[in-house]
Amino acid sequence: MPSLFDKLWDRHVIATTPGGAAIIAIDRIFLHERTGAAALASLAAAGRNVADPARAFAAMDHIVDTLPGRGDATTMPGGTAFITETRAACAAAGITLFDIGHPDQGIVHVVSPELGLVLPGLTLVAPDSHTCTQGAVGALAWGIGSTEAEHALATGTLRLNRPRTMRVVFDGVLAPGVTPKDMALALIAAHGAAGGQGHAIEFAGSAVTALAMEGRMTLCNMATEFAAFSGFIAPDAVTFEWIKGRRYAPQGALWDAALADWQDLASDADAVFDREIRIDAASIAPMISWGTSPAQSVAIIGGVPAFAGSGSRAAHDKALAYMGLAEGQSLAGLAIDAAFIGSCTNSRLSDLERAAAVIAGRRVAPGVRAIVVPGSSAVKRAAEAQGLDRLFTDAGFEWRESGCSMCFFAGGESFGAGQRVISSTNRNFESRQGPGTRTHIASPETVAASAIAGRICAA
Amino acid sequence: MSTPFTTLTSVAAPLIEDNIDTDIIIPSREMKSTGKTGLAAGLFAGRRYTQGRSENPDFVLNQSAYRAAAILLAGDNFGCGSSREHAVWALAEHGIRAVIAPSFSPIFAGNAVRGGVLPLVLPRATIAALAASEGAISIDLPAQTVTAGARVADFNIDAEAKAMLIGGLDAIDLTLQAADRIADWQRVDRQRRPWVYLGG
Repeated sequence: MPSLFDKLWDRHVIATTPGGAAIIAIDRIFLHERTGAAALASLAAAGRNVADPARAFAAMDHIVDTLPGRGDATTMPGGTAFITETRAACAAAGITLFDIGHPDQGIVHVVSPELGLVLPGLTLVAPDSHTCTQGAVGALAWGIGSTEAEHALATGTLRLNRPRTMRVVFDGVLAPGVTPKDMALALIAAHGAAGGQGHAIEFAGSAVTALAMEGRMTLCNMATEFAAFSGFIAPDAVTFEWIKGRRYAPQGALWDAALADWQDLASDADAVFDREIRIDAASIAPMISWGTSPAQSVAIIGGVPAFAGSGSRAAHDKALAYMGLAEGQSLAGLAIDAAFIGSCTNSRLSDLERAAAVIAGRRVAPGVRAIVVPGSSAVKRAAEAQGLDRLFTDAGFEWRESGCSMCFFAGGESFGAGQRVISSTNRNFESRQGPGTRTHIASPETVAASAIAGRICAA
Repeated sequence: MSTPFTTLTSVAAPLIEDNIDTDIIIPSREMKSTGKTGLAAGLFAGRRYTQGRSENPDFVLNQSAYRAAAILLAGDNFGCGSSREHAVWALAEHGIRAVIAPSFSPIFAGNAVRGGVLPLVLPRATIAALAASEGAISIDLPAQTVTAGARVADFNIDAEAKAMLIGGLDAIDLTLQAADRIADWQRVDRQRRPWVYLGG
């Protein structure tokens, strides 16, 4: 009868508050330098301690430069303070920090699974909306604000109303060249950016269980763009095999005990969900965003759609004006100024391998700025061991140090106003990658193929 | 501890668009220091200012009728995107104490309650009627009503959020009252799931 969510939730309920919320045990807390220093400083100012620093971690990813030879100096005005204050606050609190130059540095949602810090059945929170990425291993992982982060650090718990549940089932077989990013964009385009409103979403179905671990992370990553509380996937043999032997994963007898415990982490056959969405995986084509919300996405072959009655006409027209597009215009063939491969959505080794396979010895089109940012220092090393760095740089891509980089504009590096960028990131919001920058989000394969063509095209 | 919220009477500024994301509420480039203050100037910066950073007269909060508005009327999925709590801090610092929308991003709604800003859910049609009404509107949180002239609308809010807002309560203090219970739970859990507890 219980769903996977019910099991994850019920295992962590410590008490119920007079207001009907639950006090939920938090197993892991992750911070980054954008908001970590503020949370830790505020906690210290209130005279409070981190309850269990051994289960709290931090990484430098948001503000740190990804330019070669980086240090504490950043292109973001005032950015150095975020780095140095986070470093000092983590040291004072006894929190392990994956700092600049540390072999495990990288984007929180790449590093945490890579090190086995997130595990099936755990609760994990971070002051970052894309924390839902980590639900891919069968954990309950969600993004919170700074004040909630302080609460989690100080008490090892959060006060939370039980979210409603949803199951999104992708059945069938994906067509060649269709990726988890396309699955996510197809879902959000069909049901709206608010379609998952506050729900705990289990992704299931034969097309989901067929995904490798990193693809599952991409799918879960985009749950927040669907307004979900979180996204997660029941752990299976793929998950266990992927986790086994990772640095912080249990070893020996503890591994056996954990593995036995995790077998129950699946929805019962008769589990009930508040909502269920079913999507035919075979019907999904490579997707691209045309507007300023991930919901404004279409199949690349489809072209810019006419206003269809969801949302407002004014919002539709505003997005078209911002993007410099007209209804009915073809997206395939649209000239681009830049191409970006990176972010917590699509910067893992398999993402880079697939993009590299598309490039296959060809060169970036003249006049197109192309950048690859590995999701972690470990991904960077692994890619370099395969020679992918040379493949990318020979093609004309910049090869960067790991971090969030130009997924968002914080006052430092930008693509510039009016520049059309195809990006493997998660948000095509107005000015997300720089004031006036026109972002199209897509899979790494599509970004790579478009960089070579100088125009939007599927791989 | 946030400023307690009981009743509020103010004109309501209409910004009725869906998916007003936290990048719109406060662009990342406006979060210039590691602190929680000095953020009001960055509120809606991309909309409020022209490129030379003079006021954009077309933006609702720059119009004389709405300069002092403490209530914002919005569209679906308000506060989507980045989890940055700076969005709430900037709104509060500017003087916005309530946002009325058909739905909120879950992270934004949680942040708002912690920051003393009421995320108030009403149907789209009711919000349109509020936008069309003359003069101030009144929010009574204990009674869970919104009043505009002769029109009164009831709203729902979960009991936990309501109590936190009315009391301006510090959630950490409340939870630490259960510290013994949390410690007991962890003691049992440590036996059941020893691999969760790193560092012995």
